[in-house]
Amino acid sequence: MLNKSYYLILIISIIIGISFWIGFNVNLLPEEASINAPIYDELFKILFIIGLILFIGMTALVIYSLFKFRKKEGEFGDGIALEGNLSLEIIWTVIPSIIVLFVGIYSYNIYDRMGGMNELNHNHGTMNSNSEKIWAGISQANNSNSGLGETAIEVSAMQFAFLFNYPQGEFISGELHVPVDQKISIKMESKDVIHAFWIPEFRIKQDIIPGQPTILNFTPTKTGKYPIICAELCGPYHGGMRASIIVEEKSDYERWFNQNNKTNL
Amino acid sequence: MTILIDNKAEVKESLQPKGFLRYFSFSLDHKVIGIQYLVCGFLFYLVGGTLASAIRIELISPLSDFLPRDVYNQVLTLHGTIMIFLWIVPVVNGAFGNYLIPFYVGARDMAFPRLNAVAFWLIPPSGLMLIASYFIEGAAQSGWTAYPPLSITTPQSGQIIWILSVLLLGGSSIFGGINFIVTILKLRRPGLKLMNLPMYCWAMLGTSILVVLSTPVLAGTLILLSFDIVAHTGFFNPALGGNVVVYQHLFWFYSHPAVYIMVLPAFGLVSEILPIHCRKPLFGYTTMVFSIMGIVVLGLVVWAHHMFTSGTPPWMRLFFTIATAFIAVPTGIKFFNWVATMWGGKISLNSAMLFSCGFIINFVFGGITGVALAQVPFDIHVHDTYFVVAHFHYIVYGGSVFVIFSSIYHWYPKVVGKLLNENLGYLHFALTFIGFNLCFAPQHWLGLNGMPRRVAEYDPQFQFINQISSFGALFMAVSTIPFLINIFISIKKGEIAGNNPWNGLTPEWLTTSPPPVENWEGEAPLVNEPYGYGKDYLS
Repeated sequence: MLNKSYYLILIISIIIGISFWIGFNVNLLPEEASINAPIYDELFKILFIIGLILFIGMTALVIYSLFKFRKKEGEFGDGIALEGNLSLEIIWTVIPSIIVLFVGIYSYNIYDRMGGMNELNHNHGTMNSNSEKIWAGISQANNSNSGLGETAIEVSAMQFAFLFNYPQGEFISGELHVPVDQKISIKMESKDVIHAFWIPEFRIKQDIIPGQPTILNFTPTKTGKYPIICAELCGPYHGGMRASIIVEEKSDYERWFNQNNKTNL
Repeated sequence: MTILIDNKAEVKESLQPKGFLRYFSFSLDHKVIGIQYLVCGFLFYLVGGTLASAIRIELISPLSDFLPRDVYNQVLTLHGTIMIFLWIVPVVNGAFGNYLIPFYVGARDMAFPRLNAVAFWLIPPSGLMLIASYFIEGAAQSGWTAYPPLSITTPQSGQIIWILSVLLLGGSSIFGGINFIVTILKLRRPGLKLMNLPMYCWAMLGTSILVVLSTPVLAGTLILLSFDIVAHTGFFNPALGGNVVVYQHLFWFYSHPAVYIMVLPAFGLVSEILPIHCRKPLFGYTTMVFSIMGIVVLGLVVWAHHMFTSGTPPWMRLFFTIATAFIAVPTGIKFFNWVATMWGGKISLNSAMLFSCGFIINFVFGGITGVALAQVPFDIHVHDTYFVVAHFHYIVYGGSVFVIFSSIYHWYPKVVGKLLNENLGYLHFALTFIGFNLCFAPQHWLGLNGMPRRVAEYDPQFQFINQISSFGALFMAVSTIPFLINIFISIKKGEIAGNNPWNGLTPEWLTTSPPPVENWEGEAPLVNEPYGYGKDYLS
């Protein structure tokens, strides 16, 4: 009996070990290029490891049972008439409840760190948008370097393109240029159907809903060019509805901004 | 007067065609209706599968080069609608429910046989109408979710026919649900207690409650949507002051429970199949019953997890995260109970058992990604991507469709009186299991790395993984061949099954194969222990 429980503990530890190894060594996610991305990836890693332990464990149990308890050639009769076991059933109600509760609290914490519970606001110096109702959106991590100020951009989506309006410079661009390490606040409106604004490298997404402006705040942490993808079916060319976000050093961004700036003219 | 009516009924009964032709008639026999549901559903499955193949062929290359773009959107809309409303829902509920429930409650038919026949006969015309809409101005192209304003601005005829068709199918579903509730609660043989019913009855009771509570909401929503399209009202049209997010709430109030309408009956069927082939009682009957009812209650309050990235305020995101994640608890209980049912049994590893075990493994995987998707911060990145496509195919194909095949291997001998060929069954299982996992497992990676769903063209860096996925789809398409050969050959040449080839204890095995019109010669047997294996009943 002692031997049996040793084996059980050994097998469970091997499964947990394998799951942790895979969880820490297999990367399934794209590059991390915003403040939210590493927070997201931390949650992903935890969920991935818990999921692996459960999946490998259950699959091993099913396959083991199929071999161990397979009816032998010429064998008749039934298995044991075991109709239930209250303590076992309580265990496998309580343990999953604890796991689910833990995951829930943990993901609440992650969501809070991403700024999901923050009041939504959008700082548009030139526009009087404070009186306008913002329906929904995602704020972002609290620890963003708010001292550096904030870049406000307006996004309008239409079949099948994104347009980026820079109200401070009164110009419109087909590419989204933003400075690195600075909080960006975008206010999005749709001209026709529902679209969605998704940057996989930033781990953020928000639907763009006609008639209901939405907000998305983020802080890019890496310079480079990343895709902006429409994620909501919006018509025949939905798959082609993409744009680029170009994250630049502040000086490069300012040069680009001043080249396009119309308020100077 | 009553005598006259009875005579009429008898005359009608005698006028009904016999043999093969009765499957094409307005039959009132629950067994005939069950088979009608199954065969009709399978034909639509073949159509939906063909559409799925077209999608996978388009996605072999990153360019939109196989189908015209608007046709591609029609194909994905029809694929989703057909697979959900014409294959899985009618088959796990209508087909197996009609065939089995009267046996399980000890009745000679369903409570309302005419309503039952009407419910079935709504399905073929609405399915054909849906497919025919393609040949008018093109089918609906706004996805099976039909979100406005896209569904208002795309060509009208396809969208309106889609709405009519889904309304008819929803009506059929409600008729069926009412019939099951009344049959299970009111038509039980005297002496048969609720807590002694086979588990599938509980699953169907729970499912039917969901059907009756949530389908009318979908119907109302679609009627309003059709007003917006035809009469230019402004319920959901933002140009006229409507609110598109309200549509999403109403739509998902039905369409999330719809997932449970597709999987709860499958849970019930597996609970019938496992004990027989493991020769053990179903483990934890009472907790199973409570977990089904728990899923029914929770299933009604989780719908907004489909809208984490649309217009939902933070508190709402939190509530729906917690409610959704907690569904994992009653669902997990069922899976532990099934494994405990296998533990210490004397397992026959036949095709039915293989598909059931495949179901457990696939569904656990889909359930785990489901708990992850329930977490708002996780969902925000992968919402509307191939990660979600992979997740729900693990639930509805890896879950429900595997159970449908398992059930066909399990009950074919009862329905036809012949056994299916086991070797072809193994081949069918191997092709399906490998093909399914090859097709859908890689899609998780695609979604995480930036491929949205419902696209005809994509970033070329995803081509190789998409090709693996399409290769898996080819396996799945081929897997249908040994299955169909098996079904047709065994009707004529299959080994005679006898009344009870699996030595089952549930009531349907206690009559002849195939059963007589009245289900039993003489009175229905009283089965108080449908899972009494290992208790020397058989020796």
